[in-house]
Amino acid sequence: MGLDIKIPIGLMFTIFGLILTILGLVTKGDTAMYEQSLGYNINLLSGLIMLVFGCFMLFTSRLFKKKKEKK
Amino acid sequence: MQTTFSLGTIDWAIILIYFIFVLGIGWALKRYMKDSKAFLEAGRSLPAWVTGLAFISANLGAIEMIGMAASGAKYGMMTVHFYFIGAIPAMIFLAIFMMPFYYGSKARSVPEYLKMRFDEKTRGFNAFAFAIMTVFSSGISMYALALLAQVIMPLQIDWNIMGIHIGEFDFYLMVSAVIVLVYMVLGGLTSAIYNEVLQFFLIVIGFAPLVFIGLKEIGGWEGIKANLPENMMHSWKFTGSAGANPLGVEWFGVVMGLGFVLSFGYWTTNFLVVQRAMAAGSMSAARKTPLIGALPKMFLPALVVIPGMIALALSNMGELDIPLKAGTTIQDFDKVIPVLLMRYMPMGVLGVGITALMASFMSGMAGNVSAFNTVFTFDIYQAYIRPDKSDKHYLKVGRWTTVVGVLASIMTAYVAKSFNNVMDFLQLIFAFVNAPLFAAFLLGMFWKRTTGHAAFWGLIGGTISAALHHGFTLPSGGSVGIKGGFFGLLHTYPSEMAQNFWTAIYAFSTALILTLLITLLTKKLKTDDELKGLVYSLTPKTKDDSKYWYQKPEFLAIVVGAIAIVLSIIFW
Repeated sequence: MGLDIKIPIGLMFTIFGLILTILGLVTKGDTAMYEQSLGYNINLLSGLIMLVFGCFMLFTSRLFKKKKEKK
Repeated sequence: MQTTFSLGTIDWAIILIYFIFVLGIGWALKRYMKDSKAFLEAGRSLPAWVTGLAFISANLGAIEMIGMAASGAKYGMMTVHFYFIGAIPAMIFLAIFMMPFYYGSKARSVPEYLKMRFDEKTRGFNAFAFAIMTVFSSGISMYALALLAQVIMPLQIDWNIMGIHIGEFDFYLMVSAVIVLVYMVLGGLTSAIYNEVLQFFLIVIGFAPLVFIGLKEIGGWEGIKANLPENMMHSWKFTGSAGANPLGVEWFGVVMGLGFVLSFGYWTTNFLVVQRAMAAGSMSAARKTPLIGALPKMFLPALVVIPGMIALALSNMGELDIPLKAGTTIQDFDKVIPVLLMRYMPMGVLGVGITALMASFMSGMAGNVSAFNTVFTFDIYQAYIRPDKSDKHYLKVGRWTTVVGVLASIMTAYVAKSFNNVMDFLQLIFAFVNAPLFAAFLLGMFWKRTTGHAAFWGLIGGTISAALHHGFTLPSGGSVGIKGGFFGLLHTYPSEMAQNFWTAIYAFSTALILTLLITLLTKKLKTDDELKGLVYSLTPKTKDDSKYWYQKPEFLAIVVGAIAIVLSIIFW
């Protein structure tokens, strides 16, 4: 199929990752909010993982390969 | 206890972004849908990792997720049997032995393979049973989604449109139906498969934090162990007798009933999952599909079974209230996942967790609709209603079938809402029809003599024997009715699982013996030449075109098998 599924997956998780990372940074030190997750800043942790995964998907997708070939 | 979530703006934003991507994938695929092969078979062009993840994801609908978490709380580690012995051997068998016939025969569906191998009536029986079953499964997914959504995301909807009252349940039902309809009409099977891959990653990434924090609170594996009875902590150790383990089944029932008949019947003949492998781009990719799916499959218990066990352990410690089933004092373990999401997830990750649940409900619908489309268009419409039309015509029919499939699912969702027992009853009948299927495939693929009459009557006989077995037995404590015993009571099983496993064993054995006997009594109607590519002994051995030895399906099968054995020993 013409569409490389890695592109939407990569984009979506990069966006989710950015949202959660920023949220995690903004709410850093908010002990009341993270009381329920036992003190872990779970937004920051998950956000960073999603960001890494999303970028990995994008960089291994056709989007990136085409650019490489052009060069 | 509070049973609604307070979703923040960011949670809603995440859910919305997910919907945009789902529809966007459909929209981006639209221009590739030029013929019926592209629409209904994904053009047979997808890479193995995509079809492999879709292969297990199609089975990982939300009903499965919620049910398996509930099983984790009921049966503990015994639940992993559904992931190890109840899946892996069948997946390896499908990849190594059966895929060459499915993919190589160019059959477009499982019923079509039956038509090529046996005859028209065997195909017809399977096609109609399967079409009805998928519509109902899709409807049940829709019903469950709307039910969960109105509980966890209350919107206070109370509209009156042209005299029809629209509440939250109806609103969520319509929204999910419209989204699935749009992306399926646009992108067909490819849309369904791509969204299943997306759903797979969402579930892993969305549920991992839940398990992480849950394990931290309970004190890891040791903490679970300290708060659950010992027979919930092992998978095989207590299977010496049925009464000693929470599943209520002894090792023979687990191996034969679940590991052989039910598992092989589901994973190797159910078109919903087999269709994913058939959409692969090459024979090698098709054969690798179940094996690539098997790798994450073995680790899914960490995400679905462990949360159930954590919830029960916390409840035993007095740290967590699991809500009761309405009007009873029995804990409703189906609520385990929502309850834990609520307990641990602050705004942000909560949105991702809810999105993962919604995604699995929607792909539960879409998966069934995509399989329904293909079977209806090729095996019912083209076979019995309008044969010999142009491909453009069948593409159009495929699109309209999507609309019909979704509308029929909405109807069944309302049937499920008003008559819960009707749905239980239908699912029971489907179980009867499915149990003997593997016998027909096993004999058909490996014994060239097997005839069409034999396969057909074997299936009918197996279905009847499943119904008879169910009708004459009851699980302990069950009352006569849907649970069985409606023909009289000859035997009582220690548990419902034991009864299910044995129903399957009886149905399979009857079908196997009947097919054998009738084959010997009937004339072989298909020549060896016609059966080439459909039967093991008449098909040249498939040469794999993988470049390196470690890319070959056989090597992958050994790795998958070895991991499954090691995991079984660790969690003995």
